Amino acid sequence: MKNNNISNKIIFISLALLTFIFYWYGKEITSYFDSKWILKYPKHHAIPFAIHTTSFVKWLINEASFGFFTFKDLTRFFAWIIEQPYNLILSILSKGILKGQGQDAIQLMGPLSWISVIGIFFTLASYTKDKFLIFLVLFSIIYLAIFDQWQSSMITLSSIIIAVPIGVLLGILLGILSYKSKLLEKMITPILDLMQTVPVFAYLVPILVMFGFGPVSALIATIIYAMPPMVRTTILALNSIDPQLKESGIMSGCTERQLMWKVLIPSAKPTLLIGVNQVIMLSLNMVIIASMIGAGGLGYDVLASLRRLDIGGGIESGIAIVVLAITLDRLSQAFANLPTLTKKTQKKFYVKYKKIIFLFLYIVSVYVLGYFYSFFKFFPNELMINTSSFWEELVKYININYFDNLENFKIILLTYFMLPIKKFFLGIPWPWFIFIITLVGWYYGKLKLSLLCFILSVFIVTSGLWQKAMITLYLCGSSVIIASIIGIPLGIWAGLNNKANKILTAFIDTLQTLPSFVYLIPVVMLFRVGDFTAMIAVILYALAPSVRYTAHGIKNINNQIVEAALISGCSPRQLLFKIKIPLALPEILLGINQTIMLALSMLVITALVGTRDLGQEVYIGLTKADIGRGLVAGLCVAFISIIADRIIKAGSNKLKNKYGIK
Amino acid sequence: MKIIKKKFSILLSLFFILFAQNIFAVESKDPIKLTLHDWTGQLITTNIMAEVLKEAGYNIELVPADYIAQFAGLQTGDLHVAMEMWETTGRDAIDEYTADGRVVNVGTTGMDAIEEWWYPSYMKEKCPGLPNWEALNDCAEAFATPETSPKGRYLGGPVTWGGYDDERVEALDLDWEVIHAGTDGALFAELESAYQRKAPIMLWVYAPHWAPSKYSGEFVDFPPYTTECYTDPSWGINKNAAYDCGKPRGPIWKVASSILKDKWPGAYNAIEAFTLDSNEMGNLVAAVDLDGNTVEAVVADWMANNKDRWGSWIK
Repeated sequence: MKNNNISNKIIFISLALLTFIFYWYGKEITSYFDSKWILKYPKHHAIPFAIHTTSFVKWLINEASFGFFTFKDLTRFFAWIIEQPYNLILSILSKGILKGQGQDAIQLMGPLSWISVIGIFFTLASYTKDKFLIFLVLFSIIYLAIFDQWQSSMITLSSIIIAVPIGVLLGILLGILSYKSKLLEKMITPILDLMQTVPVFAYLVPILVMFGFGPVSALIATIIYAMPPMVRTTILALNSIDPQLKESGIMSGCTERQLMWKVLIPSAKPTLLIGVNQVIMLSLNMVIIASMIGAGGLGYDVLASLRRLDIGGGIESGIAIVVLAITLDRLSQAFANLPTLTKKTQKKFYVKYKKIIFLFLYIVSVYVLGYFYSFFKFFPNELMINTSSFWEELVKYININYFDNLENFKIILLTYFMLPIKKFFLGIPWPWFIFIITLVGWYYGKLKLSLLCFILSVFIVTSGLWQKAMITLYLCGSSVIIASIIGIPLGIWAGLNNKANKILTAFIDTLQTLPSFVYLIPVVMLFRVGDFTAMIAVILYALAPSVRYTAHGIKNINNQIVEAALISGCSPRQLLFKIKIPLALPEILLGINQTIMLALSMLVITALVGTRDLGQEVYIGLTKADIGRGLVAGLCVAFISIIADRIIKAGSNKLKNKYGIK
Repeated sequence: MKIIKKKFSILLSLFFILFAQNIFAVESKDPIKLTLHDWTGQLITTNIMAEVLKEAGYNIELVPADYIAQFAGLQTGDLHVAMEMWETTGRDAIDEYTADGRVVNVGTTGMDAIEEWWYPSYMKEKCPGLPNWEALNDCAEAFATPETSPKGRYLGGPVTWGGYDDERVEALDLDWEVIHAGTDGALFAELESAYQRKAPIMLWVYAPHWAPSKYSGEFVDFPPYTTECYTDPSWGINKNAAYDCGKPRGPIWKVASSILKDKWPGAYNAIEAFTLDSNEMGNLVAAVDLDGNTVEAVVADWMANNKDRWGSWIK
């Protein structure tokens, strides 16, 4: 075992040395052998995946048929099914019940007024009996009204109300099926990976063609993006149920269906609700992109203010998204933590009933009052606040007074940190890079992982996108390094100190749900377009998981180990550096893994500030409506993240085994 | 007197609406869907068209959509009309989607797009030779940033906009470096930032847009564009390279789903007849973005003042 370790180290060091030699002398080597292909994969050998994909999708949409109906009829039918409940909710929250179409429409009944919506949220929150939560919910709803975000946020809320249940239900169903059949689970896992890692921009155009232009396509894109965690948590939850419970269910004569729905699902509920929570957060992450294909709502407002350079307007709408996300998230979490109501249904049911009746009466009376006083219908304009000019002045002030300092800071970071990394990635010959990745795969996961690494990276090379992939790695790598340098200490602090934890959680939640489009403009104003700006945007977005996982890892260390360390006379410093951090290392690694995933998903958006990576390729695919180009570049992004994910997870497991934690 | 006039005009327009609806029995009462994008000029064009079609009795629905992504909807007939497709940025998409006839080009809007290198007027002090392009090399350094120095820094549009700026710099032998912004939001964010600090900047600006009316500045005068300039290297100053001239100035097109012509031929004709000119549009955009009026108010104003014109579109 010891010997093995030492020889491993020797191999590792010599490989690292070789890599650096290749990097330093890459150009010399290529000119010596007179073979440019070592650094640059020859273009004429690239396989035109993009063209094939485009023609396949075109065939699917224009010609594919099942005999009685075409593929397009089928997708349009799905779209129609989803559209019905969406229109209903939209009528209730935003449009009112209309008769007729277009401007001929007559409003038969108005939408719920802001006062009624407050009532509904208040009732929901009151079930949790958490005063802080009730206050938070009220505050959020009133924010939406005061800052004139009401109309848009109700449109956004309607799509969330539709997307989340569909995502959750489909997720649970798929989860159950894959729990029952191992084969299906094996088939579904790579698809889930792709759903989560292929940038949404890449499949926007095909979705539009299949499902028609409008909110339904936006809903479907949202569901595709937000559903995978639900499937995963369902499988995880069902697998981790105590087998005794299942056996006692079988013994008491449950049918298979009863066993699933009366025994297994209820006892998996707490874990399932974490999945629900993820679906909500991810759906709200999609708000901006959804608005590009006709969803309207808050996302559209953010985009429109970006276009007008209205920084304040963007921030107000962006914060409205954050507020909605945090409200829904906290509400769903609170419901997850409620004691299960299975036993005392009788009494609880009555209480529930009372509240709902009261809510109903309340809504009706508000509606009637709305006929007499417009206050009950619309939030009065005089009470609305507009902070646009404040934000504008703030950015202007920083811009005029501190631009030069920021510029110097930027140049230092660029020359001493980012550019060396860029040169490194672009300097390594691709055959060597693939070799190293395959080797790393072998080290952590033997044949299976090394094969995966090999095949995926060969795909990237043969699609002719290697250069762009390397720029992606460089941007993503530099951002992840800085995000970890900032995030891990913050996470440790949050793990040790409860108060810090609360503040930091709120802070990261905001960062993660605040659409990056909101801060793109101020960041460009202060740092100009380019890689540095992109990096800042990526760091802001990807910081969250490294904080969260680190805090989680530090907090969940076995208490007995901590006590043992204290008894044996550890100083607090020793306790932290010798016990807690090493034990939390597997979790920290998973956090970095998530940071990488988020960084990669963000790169598509940073294409908007002029990066030249795979994200840009995806974006070009979108703007030129080139289906194949976007999808292939999207797949490359997905493959990079899959490779990183598998390797880091394997590494984390290895560490866990080493420290004996499971 | 004023009040009477106002009342009279309201009466007149009411009368006209009733009258109009009787005369123009429209082909179908299904809503015609017009797309809205995220820049003011397009919102104004589309709203004017929508109001005119409403006057003719059509049922109109306005749908927010992405500039390029909307083509998928136009092709399938989920959307019907897009009022602004710029020659300069939308050419590829127009070609791609009109190829099989499911999307049709309904002709120009009468507005011409200008796209060119642009600088704020305070830079003229540092570079008095402008707007003549030959001055660019003398003051390249005045436009330099630490990253591009000693070359001048020119902030070009997103790569997807094309524009051949890299080739232009090469062909005209300019000591400039082309940096591409990823989106026009980023483009104008940099302009705003530089303008606040009165810092040097040279960038791609297009018109009609609010930027040329909000910031004072000028376009650079390059040798004027001709087709030969882009295709024939021997044309122009540099005998060995193409692109030794300015950018083309092209019309802004209207495009529609082929369904429009079949289902609402009258509306198709009205949309075909629609024209505005660039200056007029510039003023309307400024009324919204600089004077802070709402799009609806500006459009209503225009409708009231131009009855003859839009009346003839729906004849």
